[in-house]
Amino acid sequence: MKPASFDYVALDSLEAVLALKAQHGDEAKFLAGGQSLIPAMNFRLAQPALLVDVNGLAALNFIRRVDGELRIGALTRQRQLERDPLVKQHAPLVAEAMPFVAHPQIRNRGTLGGSLAHADPAAELPVMAAALGAKLKAVSARGERWIAADDFFRSLFTTDLAADEMLTEIAFPNLPPRAGTAFIEFARRRGDYALMGVAAVVTLSGDGVCRDARLVYLNAGETPTVARKAAGLMRGQKPSSSAIEAAAREADSEIEPMGNVHASPAYQRHLARVLTRRALTTAFERAQA
Amino acid sequence: MSELHTVNVTINGKKYERQVEPRLLLSDFLRHELGLSGTHVGCEHGVCGACTILYDGVPARSCLMFAVQANGHTLTTVEGLAKSQTELHPLQQAFHEAHGLQCGFCTPGFLVTLVPFLEENPRPTEEEIREAISGNLCRCTGYQHIVDAVKLAAEKGK
Repeated sequence: MKPASFDYVALDSLEAVLALKAQHGDEAKFLAGGQSLIPAMNFRLAQPALLVDVNGLAALNFIRRVDGELRIGALTRQRQLERDPLVKQHAPLVAEAMPFVAHPQIRNRGTLGGSLAHADPAAELPVMAAALGAKLKAVSARGERWIAADDFFRSLFTTDLAADEMLTEIAFPNLPPRAGTAFIEFARRRGDYALMGVAAVVTLSGDGVCRDARLVYLNAGETPTVARKAAGLMRGQKPSSSAIEAAAREADSEIEPMGNVHASPAYQRHLARVLTRRALTTAFERAQA
Repeated sequence: MSELHTVNVTINGKKYERQVEPRLLLSDFLRHELGLSGTHVGCEHGVCGACTILYDGVPARSCLMFAVQANGHTLTTVEGLAKSQTELHPLQQAFHEAHGLQCGFCTPGFLVTLVPFLEENPRPTEEEIREAISGNLCRCTGYQHIVDAVKLAAEKGK
């Protein structure tokens, strides 16, 4: 229950951080909030040779609107996301999901970028990024690139980030007019990892027909799981309870929950059907409001 | 063993300087290096909340931070809540009066979590109180008396 030995460097310049990461690659880990990394180190599941403490990179802590997008720095604390008026206004799905992310003390330290780079399929923030079509900015000594959320999450705890890259910023695009979003999860206790959870993002056209829909699940596979066929069934449909039920049934074929000590895959699938129905219904109600 | 780092930290108004290994957890630093054993260690993976301290005024798990990260920062532990050795903080007094503890192991984490909560929200609803303590486990009280203690402290603090 004590971490293995490692070297530690705290830096306050991004350039210096990237140079060090280029030199050490996978041997070096960034220490941001540390709320997933340090438990893993305490259990000795992770034994990095070098920790690069990036908490001094104050320039990576921001929430602002740029070109109609919500741009959020990777070092922004989860508690800030939970309370920020810009997030509530422009990414209400994120604000709705934040209270489900662990506990208040954890959210005080945990960061947006850290949770995304950790890529735990049971976590809420990767689902937010995938549901809202976020772009993630990866920076290295070689340059920078933006990665679409759908390409970012590769498998269990694995992202598209190269060994010398750092996630520095996340861009959430504007929701279109007449959009509605909803997030629901089911956990045994508040703050526990959810047994199942779903984010729904829908858009209505002028005549009340569903123009676009997106459904993304947590704990339903190795990455945030996008149910494209189920969401596709909603397009061109009035959001009736029978159409929503058909989509919820279809989603069952697209998720691959692995089960755990608290829930069999069959029970997770049952939850997914029920939560899909509720999330879609709420998202459509919000789009109509 | 890796290189030692110097930590300069202010805890409960007192300045400390120590040399530490990077892997030393902040919780162990407080207890073993400084003798501040009021901060309890339960699970060491961020679940139980017993080791909660204030890091620059904000509740955080001291088992999920390294002592080196405290360098240049200001901490408050349960020992720093009351004004003097001979009196209790009003929230501690309310815990005493409302039977908010039995074995007491979890109590420091609850107190340190709830003091800034009540400063920010002096008249919380029961739901807000339960959300605020959702990250602290208590195996004795069933939480009801803890909630009562918070309500009592809020009532007295009016």
